[in-house]
Amino acid sequence: MTAPILALSNLSAISDRDQAPILRGVSFDVKRGETLGLVGESGAGKSTIAKAVLGILPRTVRVTSGEVRFEGADLLKMKAGPLRRLIGERIALIPQDPMTALNPARRIEAQLTDGPRLWRGVNAKEARALALKLLDEVHIRDPNRVLRSFPHELSGGMRQRVLIASAFALEPRLIIADEPTTALDVTVQKQILRLIRNLQSAHGTSVVFVTHDLGVVAQICDHVTLLFAGRVIESGSTSQLLDRPKHPYTRALLDACPRYDRPNAGLRPIPEAVIADLYAELGQSGASR
Amino acid sequence: MTLVVAQRLIMAAVTLFGVAIIVFVLLRVVPGDPIAMMISPGATPADIAALRAHYGLDANLPAQFFVWMKNILRGDFGTSISLHRNVLEIMGERLPATLELAFASLVFAALLGGAIAVFATLISDWSVAPLIDAINGLFLAVPDFIWAFALVLLFGVFFPVLPLSGRIDPSLGERFVTPFYLLESLVTFRFSAAADVLRHMAMPMLALGLPLAAIITRVLKESLREAMVQDYVLLARLKGLSRLRLVLKDALRNAIAPTLALTGVQFTFLIGGTVIVERIFAYPGIGNMAVDAVINRDLPLIQGLTLVFGALFIVVNMTVDALVVLTNPRLRSV
Amino acid sequence: MSVPGPRGIGKTLRACVGDPKVVVGGGFILFLLILALCAPGLAPKDPLEQDLILGVTPPHGFAGAEPGYLLGTDDLGRDVFSRLIWGSRIALTVAFVAASLAAVLGAALGLLAGWYRGWVDALISRLVEVWMAFPPVLLSILLVAVVGAGVGSVIAAIVIIDWTRFCRVVRAETMGQAKSDYVAAARSIGFSQMRILVREILPNVMPILIALISLEMGIAVIVEAILSFVGLSVSSDVPTWGGMIAQGRQMLHQGWWVLAAPLIALFLTVLAFNLLGEGLRRSLDPVMRR
Repeated sequence: MTAPILALSNLSAISDRDQAPILRGVSFDVKRGETLGLVGESGAGKSTIAKAVLGILPRTVRVTSGEVRFEGADLLKMKAGPLRRLIGERIALIPQDPMTALNPARRIEAQLTDGPRLWRGVNAKEARALALKLLDEVHIRDPNRVLRSFPHELSGGMRQRVLIASAFALEPRLIIADEPTTALDVTVQKQILRLIRNLQSAHGTSVVFVTHDLGVVAQICDHVTLLFAGRVIESGSTSQLLDRPKHPYTRALLDACPRYDRPNAGLRPIPEAVIADLYAELGQSGASR
Repeated sequence: MTLVVAQRLIMAAVTLFGVAIIVFVLLRVVPGDPIAMMISPGATPADIAALRAHYGLDANLPAQFFVWMKNILRGDFGTSISLHRNVLEIMGERLPATLELAFASLVFAALLGGAIAVFATLISDWSVAPLIDAINGLFLAVPDFIWAFALVLLFGVFFPVLPLSGRIDPSLGERFVTPFYLLESLVTFRFSAAADVLRHMAMPMLALGLPLAAIITRVLKESLREAMVQDYVLLARLKGLSRLRLVLKDALRNAIAPTLALTGVQFTFLIGGTVIVERIFAYPGIGNMAVDAVINRDLPLIQGLTLVFGALFIVVNMTVDALVVLTNPRLRSV
Repeated sequence: MSVPGPRGIGKTLRACVGDPKVVVGGGFILFLLILALCAPGLAPKDPLEQDLILGVTPPHGFAGAEPGYLLGTDDLGRDVFSRLIWGSRIALTVAFVAASLAAVLGAALGLLAGWYRGWVDALISRLVEVWMAFPPVLLSILLVAVVGAGVGSVIAAIVIIDWTRFCRVVRAETMGQAKSDYVAAARSIGFSQMRILVREILPNVMPILIALISLEMGIAVIVEAILSFVGLSVSSDVPTWGGMIAQGRQMLHQGWWVLAAPLIALFLTVLAFNLLGEGLRRSLDPVMRR
């Protein structure tokens, strides 16, 4: 049994401003080569977890307990210098919005080769060859033109591909994908998801897919961790969670999804009772959603 | 693209024309007769009339203007009433001095302002960061006039290390082919001469450049701050790039454009400021000459000078517009 | 957008007085005003009185200082301190009058341009552009030189040069305000254009205008100093800071204090007007705009 590449144990955090809890004892593992879906509604705490792993927690968030271990090392306790190197080389981010994630004033080639030039010491020619290879992997036709282009000259889908290529540039062990298909057209979404899945298995990278969309999870995740109000509700393999959910909230969430095989079933919002129960568990007075 | 350039040029010509008319009319309808200031005692009315005719001041206003315009377009700027020389010649001798001073001030202001803005961005998390804003605010309030005299006190009286007037030390016996002393001495590797020219330029350059530097600092710092919170900077940071690199290579490119536009406008004010700063330091440029020209009611010279100043402003504005387009990739590919 | 108007004067005033910049800047200006108004009584010596025996004595605290001459004397034996106090009269007079007039002229044209748009705006904007193609210092020297020296022409010169500053800002503000709901409401009620302009838009333009006036006063003081330095301001027997600076420059190596005193006074005054302007801009804006 190999050690997990990422292991969160009992991670709790509060907001420094009003002492409100953001994460409550979150624990989950990500094994080597596996794709984990981190699912939850807005405010469930998934982006906070992502930021904790990437080392960019805002100063207003204070970790009160727990560990975030990447390949055994606790990221929360590392010094800035080694942390920067570790994250730069071994962890990558596929961001949500391809429109703002690329520098409008720099050409694609320059942005793609930032990481390799910094950490692998490649020269200009080698960097270019690498960039071409990366673009090829994400199925971009005419990669030479794209390399010379500025971001505003590319479509949203192409930009997201570039960002995916950039994430795989240094062969990271772990990739955090932050709702990478939210800003895209539906037609493009499926392609991008498939692309990420293929690259992931080709490179053996672990991926944490942050999303609120169970459909995405169903398509490409091996395992799922479901969050609500900063706490892990249920965790398990995708097939198990989707077919045999244990927690009432999970069940309600699945029921609420519009499904192609039940077109006339109507939309079923999550029952108030389930939410109230959850809040009762957490010890808060129920706020209805 | 060429259409826009053509439009701008026409606008520029119109503006210059407007400036010329205003000055022309102003000088002739208000009291103060230049001829009266020139004549020697014992001159007969015939002499005066002849002098007046010589300078074309006997015709009516529109006629005078047409004559003047016609001459200008031929390159004839007339003869200076107070200096008795060809106006174009005089300006040709003195304009380079002002140009060198203006550019030196600009470079100084850009380097100083830019460095401070970058530095302030790098330490924006530290508690001393607001101090830079406060000091900058102080500097913003001080105009070139006050700087000039503060420098005079500082380096003239308390630490007399810099010359207070002139452009170069005549006792060095340096000879120049062109009126661009600094440029020429640098190009011909005469570094001691260049050093002396720079020493003379130092104080007027500081007086003109410090206010501009303060403005550049303020605007660039703000633009950098805006750029640093963008997603692409975050992504670059996650790749492990150092803060210095983030500021210089990622944020700066996006912060330059808005800074350029404002700097251009302020640079035209700087050029206007040469009028008084050159006076204070007895620096032989067109600014210094302008004051005397006005006091002496030297009409041809005043007109020539205002045209030159106006043209300078227009050139600066057009250059800035061009640079803004060049630095913004989105505008370039259009 | 909130309903605008001159109501809430009490709140506005309280906000202003609470702002530290307003207090410091405004306080200094007030102090200067009192100084200027009471000059005849406050100045220890007659600013024009020459005493050649006591010429070029250093300020209090330096070797060779004369008692009673706090900041020393110039080469004609005149008391620098008294001249400084008297000089503030010219400085403040020019500042207040010139800035106000420039504001009135510039704001009027700006309101018209921003409200009526069309050819009125085109004309005024073109005028502003041409005007701004002039080096301001040169223009002011030109004006005063041709019109003749004196406080009136200095003020006129400042007004004629700097009205564009107000015009641009007021024009932009007016254009922005003209789009807002309350203006549409006023129009639909049937108010005349002039009434809307004066009763509705102008009060909302006031805050930025007041802040600008303060800044402009600082500029006016400098321009007056420059003009007196060049010898084009008031007649030479009336002490002005600019004139003192010119004099101090000439006798720099004999008595540096003759240059330093008016320079520092000028600097502090400009700084005060700037602080006041910035403080006003900050405290007036959010209160009236909510």
